[in-house]
Amino acid sequence: MINHILTAGFPPGLIFIIGSLFIPLLKGKFKSALMLSLPLLAFITLLRVPEGNHWVIRFMEYDLVFGHVDRLSLPFGYIFIIISFIAVIFALKVEDDLQHVSGFIYAGSALGVTFAGDLLTLYIFWEFMAVASTFLILARRTNESQSAAFRYILIHVIGGLFLLAGIILYINDTGSMTIVNMSLSSLSTWLIFIGIAVNAAIPPLHPWLKDAYPEATVTGAVFLSAFTTKSAVYVMARIFPGAELLIWLGAFMTILPVFYAEIENDIRRVLGYSLINQVGFMMCGVGIGTQLAINGTVAHAFSHILYKALLFMAAGSVLHVTGKIKCTEIGGLYRTMPLTCIFCLIGAASISAFPLFSGFVSKSLIISAAGEGHMAAIWLMLQFASAGVIAHAGIKVPYFTFFSHDSGIRAKEPPLNMLIAMGIAAFLCVFIGIYPQPLYNILPYPVEYIPYTSAHVVGQLQLLTFGILAFYLLLKSGYYPAEIRAINIDTDWFYRKPIRVLNFVISRIFNGLNSYLDQIIVKDFTRAVNRFALEPITNLTRFILYPILSNLDRKEKYEQSISSSFRNGTSPVGIYAAFAGLFIVVLYMFL
Amino acid sequence: MEKDKQITDNSRTYIFDKPQNVKIVLTFFFSLLVILFVADFFIHKHGHFPWEDWHSFYAVFGFVACVMVIFIAKLLRLFTKRDERYYD
Repeated sequence: MINHILTAGFPPGLIFIIGSLFIPLLKGKFKSALMLSLPLLAFITLLRVPEGNHWVIRFMEYDLVFGHVDRLSLPFGYIFIIISFIAVIFALKVEDDLQHVSGFIYAGSALGVTFAGDLLTLYIFWEFMAVASTFLILARRTNESQSAAFRYILIHVIGGLFLLAGIILYINDTGSMTIVNMSLSSLSTWLIFIGIAVNAAIPPLHPWLKDAYPEATVTGAVFLSAFTTKSAVYVMARIFPGAELLIWLGAFMTILPVFYAEIENDIRRVLGYSLINQVGFMMCGVGIGTQLAINGTVAHAFSHILYKALLFMAAGSVLHVTGKIKCTEIGGLYRTMPLTCIFCLIGAASISAFPLFSGFVSKSLIISAAGEGHMAAIWLMLQFASAGVIAHAGIKVPYFTFFSHDSGIRAKEPPLNMLIAMGIAAFLCVFIGIYPQPLYNILPYPVEYIPYTSAHVVGQLQLLTFGILAFYLLLKSGYYPAEIRAINIDTDWFYRKPIRVLNFVISRIFNGLNSYLDQIIVKDFTRAVNRFALEPITNLTRFILYPILSNLDRKEKYEQSISSSFRNGTSPVGIYAAFAGLFIVVLYMFL
Repeated sequence: MEKDKQITDNSRTYIFDKPQNVKIVLTFFFSLLVILFVADFFIHKHGHFPWEDWHSFYAVFGFVACVMVIFIAKLLRLFTKRDERYYD
């Protein structure tokens, strides 16, 4: 480790984590300079490190690997650093060190997970990620965000425990901590799988995402949209490529959130559901597991991080300048926020996979992989979900935010740094869409796929434009679900609602038990001990003489005479002597 | 958020406040649909599945899928809709 630090510098994740600790010490331009230079430093470090294992520490009889660099981890490393740079620009004017520091620790931990070469290092960064990200939700400092953050950390701690239990069992079974391909054949691998599935938001373990992300701060949501789910995608691709279960879970995952997104009122929650939908495509790709599918998963994660962050930045900008983000409260904002509107449209076009935008060149790799595998049902489900994307993220998000009815709000564009951040992300979305070769070059396997064939372009455009036509006709005819102030229950109902009932029942049981024990122990028992202790010798004598006294006729008289003789000190000396002797015998027996 | 930013300003008209501009966008959109329908006759297809080679398969699929998404979502709302303060 020391040798590597001297030659290659710190691992990229630690550059973020250690560097972030200096942020609160600096002010003004120095602080901004530090925040912008950390991603640059990490990126340069990554460019200089060759493939292989680096930054290895010996721990007991195991090797902790902080830098497992190969063609699967590198693209995730690049995009995590790029998006950190963009998110930092977006958050540059936020005067809250808590958010800056936790943002960097969160991003750094995601890098730590990406380059971890052993299960223990992976687990440590995994937990760091959960804790740091919670602060990005807490930092909103509203009642809703506090309780959402509490539910968020609870779910991730439980998920982390599954992962930890799986890792411990796995090490126990195999004696190795190295991260290798695993199959779902033992308890340990199932536990690891479930632990990762929680972070990947695979249904029914998904609702934490749509619950927490919309409650995060404006800038925190941009960080959140990038790291937790995509690092889980990476770990799935690393450990469980070709797991058939993931094909079906992924395909189901692309479809379910589409319906919820369609009837959701909060725009950032719509984006949360759409995030789950997009990760579904990646999970499906991991499950298919062929070279084309894994390439597709990595490429889609890369472009997805950019356009999803762009959409969260656009929605966040609206929230920042208007204080509102619900469909029922906003609308018509293109009038005074044209740039934000254009950036949002670019993000929407990218997520919908319009030709010339990034989603088109990445998602099609996964769908083609399903086609090459002759998985007709999966192929149809993915295409159905693609049409669903245009309906919610492609049209609904920009339409209800920037067009639709005029809400009368005439808010100005967000500050310049936010516009620059969105501009960079939008540029990259278009750049990758037009010129995908640089992205294809960094994928794990050689790419022979050509996205721009006439059949693909026309087919995709038909799918999207006729989808828009359906949206237009249903909106005009009044069949489109109305914008209403309401929420929709999801699988989080099972822990949000019954938990109140459980809470009530438990509080009744334990409070009842508490007062019962209070009566017996604190009141009755203590009183009895007190009474006894007031006149110990009298009581002791009565206790010892009880078998004799109880058989006498004039019991009360004798008891009274014993009490009075002890109280007045008129009892025979012999009794004291007898008690003293008894006391010594007792001591002798017990000590 | 300063108050003066958010005052409704009815004195200005913006690009889509004029119906003719909306009309231009819609005309452009509908012509695109026609062009895509016609273009389908001239492209060489070699899909993984037989239905990919049907004429305008993607157009019909996209339309039907979006209608289904929206109607299933409406149906879902019947079961899942709750008041905003449901969990409070």
